[in-house]
Amino acid sequence: MGYQVSFEEANKIFEKLQDKYDIYAPKCFEGRGRYSETDLIKYAKVSTVEEIVFDKKSDFPAKEVLSPITQPLFYFTEEEFRESTVSTRPILIFMRPCDINAMHHQEKIYLGNGGFSDIYYKRMHDRVKIVMMECTEGWDTCFCVSMGANKSDDYAMAVRCADGTLSVTLKDEDLTSYFDGAKACDFTPEFVEKNELELTVPEIPNKDILTKLKNHPMWQEYNSRCISCGACTVACSTCTCFTTTDIIYRDNGNVGERKRTTSSCQVAGFTDMAGGHTFRPTAADRMRYKVLHKFHDYKARFKDYDMCVGCGRCTDRCPEFISITATVKKMSKAIDEIIAEENK
Amino acid sequence: MMNPIKPVPCKIIDIKKETQHEWTFKVETDIKPVHGQFLQLSIPKIGEAPISVSAYGDGWIDFTIRAVGKVTDEIFAKHPGDTLFLRGAYGKGWPVEKFQGKHVVVITGGTGLAPVRSMLNMFYNTPDYVKSVTLISGFKNEEGIVFKGELDKWKDKFTTFYTLDNDKIDGWNTGFVTDFVAKVPFSEFGEDYEVVIVGPPPMMKFTGIAASKCGVPDEKIWVSFERKMSCAVGKCGHCRIDEVYVCLDGPVFNYTQAKNLID
Repeated sequence: MGYQVSFEEANKIFEKLQDKYDIYAPKCFEGRGRYSETDLIKYAKVSTVEEIVFDKKSDFPAKEVLSPITQPLFYFTEEEFRESTVSTRPILIFMRPCDINAMHHQEKIYLGNGGFSDIYYKRMHDRVKIVMMECTEGWDTCFCVSMGANKSDDYAMAVRCADGTLSVTLKDEDLTSYFDGAKACDFTPEFVEKNELELTVPEIPNKDILTKLKNHPMWQEYNSRCISCGACTVACSTCTCFTTTDIIYRDNGNVGERKRTTSSCQVAGFTDMAGGHTFRPTAADRMRYKVLHKFHDYKARFKDYDMCVGCGRCTDRCPEFISITATVKKMSKAIDEIIAEENK
Repeated sequence: MMNPIKPVPCKIIDIKKETQHEWTFKVETDIKPVHGQFLQLSIPKIGEAPISVSAYGDGWIDFTIRAVGKVTDEIFAKHPGDTLFLRGAYGKGWPVEKFQGKHVVVITGGTGLAPVRSMLNMFYNTPDYVKSVTLISGFKNEEGIVFKGELDKWKDKFTTFYTLDNDKIDGWNTGFVTDFVAKVPFSEFGEDYEVVIVGPPPMMKFTGIAASKCGVPDEKIWVSFERKMSCAVGKCGHCRIDEVYVCLDGPVFNYTQAKNLID
């Protein structure tokens, strides 16, 4: 079922929707960008259509709604352990197809891996209804088509924002009543069919070549380029790693919490064990670990697809201008070299 | 909804000081681990750490802990009657059924003896479960020796090589465990044996190489890994190596897989 509504009509619908739903969407925070006089676009609660940024890629992905940068897991009072709680209100999230696909990538880890379901992720996930934002062009760092993440049919509602109107198509019957009386129109969302940037993810044919690739000199470049800040993994639509930390409240040492904070395999100390032993001590080691996880290891475990949706946010955010697609292309070249050497 | 990372309070029933820095905590619990598994031990307001099971029985588990970090330091301040919080047991333990009826060679470095202790005691107490046990245990120095009583007891039934890296004391060899691998009569065992190696990463690496030099095929070698973990249930990503999660797929690995796992 399709409708076309003006922003004014849409805002009335939003108002009604908010009786039941929290609405999250990419929103502009003026002057809060990382450079002087630039804006920050990130996911936040919105109440009107005008707040939603349709024409720019958000700096940070939709995953921040489902798995916040930091969240309490347990509260402690003396020796009592109490699980944290969150609102049970349903959520509507405005997401582009890449972010929708990224959510499914994360589900494999949070909801499935090892047969354990993470309740902190699940309790957010169960609240979500997806509003797909039509995305037909992408931006210069996008390569969603190459990663097969340019399309999705997993949504409750899809929207196109053009010429001061919202075109809407609904799949979720629970949402139909909100559009009673709205102008009917045929709307089928379109997708990016071709990006400027294309990437062919190389096949790593066997463990022997994988080991040789790990030891290939190509990674050394990142010792001088990567500053191990972890910005790429925070901006990544699919990264899931976190660390738990216990804290004590300053005013009362008998009370505290165990919290989960987004972590990064790119940051030194990610693998430090009590006693001081560490794995992957250099930036090159950590870059290799991340890139292979994204473009080999994840797929080797979960089978269906690589752990990248081609949103290009890691490339956008890197303060050292390291491009993920350029890195994967270097990796392809290194694999070709290794195979050629073996066939000599 | 069941929360797999929610710990439960358990009472410490006994503390045994193995060495100055390594103590064994006996904790009251109904959790039933298998040999080689680990649990997450936590102290609210301090943190959580994965610790391997060093022995277990009806209603209790032993953890042998080295005071090297924030959580373990805090555990050392506890007394019998105090509470520790546990969750688990996690991971894949030793494939004891595979060891049944064979000659078993166990090679440990330092507190690497802890994750095989319960299995060694099972071999000791179960007549004819295995054909023979050869135990090579090395420690840095005399102060570092753990489970002294059991090391002595095991001499009755096991072929033992106990060694200190540099120190010379009565009844002990001097040298690294790798020096003793060639003394194991692998050729007499035929095909009928399995080898277990646990210790710090360099010790496992060089012992694996020493065993290979003696003609031990990779598929007969078993190792146990230790990694930083936040969740122990395959979510936090700290322990991942390639497509493998140490918390889920390990900590025990066959060497055919382990030797290719480059962090």
